[in-house]
Amino acid sequence: MPKVRITDVSLRDGSHPVFHQFTLDQIVRIAGALDAAGVPVLEVAHGDGLAGSSIQYGFSKVPDLELIEAAAATIKQAKLAVLLLPGIGTIHDLKEAHKRGAKMARIATHCTEADISAQHIAAAKELGMETVGFLMMSHMLEPDALAAQAKLMESYGADLIYVVDSAGAQTMDMVHDRVTALRQALDAKTHVGFHAHNNLGLGVGNAVTAVKAGADNIDGACRGLGAGAGNAATEAIVATFNKMGWETGIDLYGVMDVAEDIIGGELGVTPIVNRPSLVLGYAGVYSSFLRHAENASKRFGVPAFKILEEVGRRKAVGGQEDLIIECAIELAAAQGAPAPELAAV
Amino acid sequence: MALNVAVIGSGNIGSDLMFKIFRNKNLKMIALVGIDPNSDGLARARKHDVAAIDTGIEGLLARQDLMDQIDLIFDATSAKAHAYNAPLIAKAGKFAVDLTPAAIGPYIIPPLNLKQHLEGNVTNVNMVTCGGQATIPIVGAISRVQPVAYGEIVATIASKSAGPGTRANIDEFTETTSKAIEEVGGAKRGKAIIILNPAEPPLIMRDTVHVLTETEPDQAAITASVQQMVADVQSYVPGYKLKSGPVFDGNRVSVFLEVTGAAHYLPAYAGNLDIMTAAAVRVAQEVYERRSALVGA
Repeated sequence: MPKVRITDVSLRDGSHPVFHQFTLDQIVRIAGALDAAGVPVLEVAHGDGLAGSSIQYGFSKVPDLELIEAAAATIKQAKLAVLLLPGIGTIHDLKEAHKRGAKMARIATHCTEADISAQHIAAAKELGMETVGFLMMSHMLEPDALAAQAKLMESYGADLIYVVDSAGAQTMDMVHDRVTALRQALDAKTHVGFHAHNNLGLGVGNAVTAVKAGADNIDGACRGLGAGAGNAATEAIVATFNKMGWETGIDLYGVMDVAEDIIGGELGVTPIVNRPSLVLGYAGVYSSFLRHAENASKRFGVPAFKILEEVGRRKAVGGQEDLIIECAIELAAAQGAPAPELAAV
Repeated sequence: MALNVAVIGSGNIGSDLMFKIFRNKNLKMIALVGIDPNSDGLARARKHDVAAIDTGIEGLLARQDLMDQIDLIFDATSAKAHAYNAPLIAKAGKFAVDLTPAAIGPYIIPPLNLKQHLEGNVTNVNMVTCGGQATIPIVGAISRVQPVAYGEIVATIASKSAGPGTRANIDEFTETTSKAIEEVGGAKRGKAIIILNPAEPPLIMRDTVHVLTETEPDQAAITASVQQMVADVQSYVPGYKLKSGPVFDGNRVSVFLEVTGAAHYLPAYAGNLDIMTAAAVRVAQEVYERRSALVGA
């Protein structure tokens, strides 16, 4: 029976839909429940990774390091992961997170820029952390070129490389081709992972496709709590994998409780495929832009999906949230003029 | 009499600097120093009858004929190399303009603190980072109106314009820029973010400055100060442009900028390269003017 390791990112990617307002109490209870349900890895950080708290991405209610420390003190069996985007966070931030109990470092770059992660991957290895390369916006790169970037991360010391569908823009064939390319190019001992966004409604299906193509690590979030239309829902992944006969070691009803009672019930958040989040997937736009576009929409009186289309047209990559305000200002100024047709990316 | 200068580092920055020096009638390019005899930069130096030295700083120091002429040395190598070069440049009695993140001398953002530092006995100055040169003038333009609690900048550059040095040391960018936002920009706390975008055709350098003022922002005074500062930067970086803003939201002020390069060496999208070298040449110009004033007196 194939084994797949699930990393639950509710407390990192899930930071986006709650505007980075997680409280210590929420972190402790969700981390504790995920740990008790047998989730093997859980990620805690600002949605944009360590040191993401900013005007650009939104200030955290509670600093990353305090959240990490609280989660580390709570969990018994799970491994605690953190995300770091070079250019936003630094090795200094990673060391601080490690001191507070982070055991896995996920180093994320845009899919063409793996070479900015060399120092961070090496530093994480030196700290003795399991080290993951996280190739974001991977729909923008052809499979062979993506595998070449994965090889770079492997050469810096990464144990596991993720194909990250940050824009939720990949069809099942695209996922299959990218995961297959990485699996073939990388050393047999290097693991391959997949991180879905559900913007086209393909989150769980794409996770299944990735496993079939050779991925043995999959990201999920309870109730899909993540940017855009959310991630593949952890509870739906577990249920589906159970039916496929794939072992995750996770108690389905345990993660269902987190999804239903805490995230859906208490937080009252359920990411869905709607007009703006579907546009993210259709135009290939970074999922975290959704909430910022909704805010800009209110402020400047331009529909969120129009802003996202324009950002996509300008070929924005992850992290360029400042472009959203600029596009909104320009669209507001030009309102009335017909926008050009948008092509699928 | 022109100020005689040499450039150490024959990569993108060193080559672009050389072309800017050619265009400044007060500066004379004496030598370009590299370590790769086949580098494109050194080949271009030879073509322009500039001494091309391929044996590093030792090679330059050994050329007494050149050293006797040189007044000022630009260092466009790496932080590690400048830490080695700086004492040698100082011992030779030359003024050093450091374009690496080594930051041995004080940070210089020309429209904010160039004159102040050159009035002292400083002989080594640091040019911060490309993102710092593009954004810290704006932080300073706001902090001269009223106290700034927090300054944050986001620099987005074309992947093609980020050389191997920048890529291997991206933390140096964020850390150096953050510090200079505080020390030179006047923000109580600084944060810097850099993003590489691989789009084709390459995008022009974009910079966003967000600040939080301590009290309600004086919108008219800040707008006027920012516009004046943009004009000041344009005097040495013609492609520097205010795209939007200042935009006000409570105590938050956001300014959106774009920097088009002069395309002296790399194409116009590499405004990040241009603003660094233009700021460095601006320092040399100031050194020239001060020396001329002294000689004149």
